[in-house]
Amino acid sequence: MKIIVCIKQVPDTNEVKLDPVTGTLIRDGVPSIINPDDKAGLEAALRLKDELGAEVTVISMGPPQAEAVIREAFAMGADKGYLVTDRAFGGADTWATSSTLAAAIKNLEYDLVITGRQAIDGDTAQVGPQIAEHLDIANISYAEDIKVEGEYVIVKRQYEDRYHIIKAKMPCLITALAELNEPRYMTPGGIFDAYREKKITVWGRNDITIDDSNIGLKGSPTKVAQSFPKSVKASGQVVSFDSEESATFIIDKLKEKFIF
Amino acid sequence: MDFTLSKEHEMARTLFRDFAQQQVKPLAREVDEIEVFPRGTVEKMQKLGFLGIPIPKEYGGQGCDTLTYVLCIEELSKVCGTTGVIVSAHTSLCCDPIKNFGTPEQKEKYLRPLVTGKKLGAFGLTEPNAGTDASGQQTKAVLDGDEYILNGSKIFITNGKEADIYIIFAMTDKSKGTKGISAFIVEKGTPGFTFGTKEKKMGIRGSATYELIFTECRIPKENLLGQEGKGFGYAMQTLDGGRIGIAAQALGLAAGALETTIAYVKERKQFGKSLSKFQNTQFQIANMATKVEAARLLVYKAAIAKETQKKYSMDAAMAKLYAAEVASEVTNLAVQLHGGYGYTREYDVERMMRDAKITEIYEGTSEVQRMVISGGLL
Repeated sequence: MKIIVCIKQVPDTNEVKLDPVTGTLIRDGVPSIINPDDKAGLEAALRLKDELGAEVTVISMGPPQAEAVIREAFAMGADKGYLVTDRAFGGADTWATSSTLAAAIKNLEYDLVITGRQAIDGDTAQVGPQIAEHLDIANISYAEDIKVEGEYVIVKRQYEDRYHIIKAKMPCLITALAELNEPRYMTPGGIFDAYREKKITVWGRNDITIDDSNIGLKGSPTKVAQSFPKSVKASGQVVSFDSEESATFIIDKLKEKFIF
Repeated sequence: MDFTLSKEHEMARTLFRDFAQQQVKPLAREVDEIEVFPRGTVEKMQKLGFLGIPIPKEYGGQGCDTLTYVLCIEELSKVCGTTGVIVSAHTSLCCDPIKNFGTPEQKEKYLRPLVTGKKLGAFGLTEPNAGTDASGQQTKAVLDGDEYILNGSKIFITNGKEADIYIIFAMTDKSKGTKGISAFIVEKGTPGFTFGTKEKKMGIRGSATYELIFTECRIPKENLLGQEGKGFGYAMQTLDGGRIGIAAQALGLAAGALETTIAYVKERKQFGKSLSKFQNTQFQIANMATKVEAARLLVYKAAIAKETQKKYSMDAAMAKLYAAEVASEVTNLAVQLHGGYGYTREYDVERMMRDAKITEIYEGTSEVQRMVISGGLL
């Protein structure tokens, strides 16, 4: 069984701040991590490897320094790694990204493609399903649990108020939630092998088959109008009353604010 | 000369830091308070290969180097001195001598389970009358057919009772003095091998420190480590390596106390401003940080020397001497900067201060380190 996991290098948003003047992310000095949903997807693939002996390949599109997340995936147990990087791919929105990644995946053999639901630096949740469309395979989003039975995957799909159990024939694509599992730690020996033994295959513009109109900034129909930080909410007030007093208190507050 | 860590060492540090913060730190206070051996943490570290970091892959180890091992001990000790010494005693004092002096059969039988997470190791040299003067061994080993019979006792043994495999030193020929000392591999559960009292200690209170007692304890002849009569040399060589582990533990304790104190002095307000705005605080923090960094450079240098040089005794002794004294000094200052709160068990620095003291004593006191260093110079 062959599994491809798409991983993205993102700034650790616990450490990131927005420039209040320009509204853009201040990325200087912010540590980079594997996007949490993608890391859960990688862990799911590695568990299938432990259980069934799958081959796990990670693929990442990004600048040359994104190789760090592929090394980390190696150190967790991934077998092969591809970095899709080229100036021509820069400035890609979800359409151009998914088109590029799908073109790269078409060069490889796979039974299952796993992506994270969404990246913490973009929150679009579009790239995974779009890759499935480009590859013309079934897509199951929001996976909370993944099992493989013969040629089929059985996925527990999370919804806001329920979940679905979905069975699909492979090949297919699954988007994973960070809640799917607790990703394993790397091992010290795995880290050394990741840097000293394993090789990352780097693919540029000419290594994939894709039309220029679908890559990079020029292939990106999305236009970002404005970025802004979320406004800070005032701190709440905690009070303790019985139900009748509570109702009176709330109504008084609403009147005070001219809402009522 | 380049003082930056390689990418693999940086990534390893991230791994050890994440593990220490997520898995070790939350237990550190309880481990100290109720003096409990952190068995669950040891099992997690065994699964991740933390107990075989510098051991070659051919024996099941991680195939990393001494510097990676040092980074592990440093990060663990930043949050828990107990956890740091458990890994150090196991790796430096039990795995290392089997790797260096063991037969291929001994490596397969004992080293492999030690580094693949099935067994824990310990080392027994110290006796009631043989501390710094380790040559005064009174434990005896007498060859009787295919077995050695051990009689005697060892004290202050880290990982005692918790470990499965012990490197034990004993006199095989008292007339030859230090040249009559031999080393043996002894398994827990061997008839005649029992445990005496558990020490009640000032610090590293979760590490199990026991007396080992040997009464007509018969061990197979093939468990002699290396050659008969060479044990004292093996012990001294092993302790050279062990000192790097303890130096890393001391470094971690100092660095952990510094990090904790920096956070505290930014938060704590007196006279209408945070402590970090006072020049005394600023100067103390500057002194502490400078000493921690100097200790770090010495410890990393010793780790690299162990990999690249035939002799590294002096590097290891300097690293341990300096890092241990810095650990005591910096943790003491950390308590001082915390004021009254620092003296309570609500804050980690009082534990760090108690944990730090032992690094000036075990695996060669600071005085012994000075003897080693001056011995190499004079």
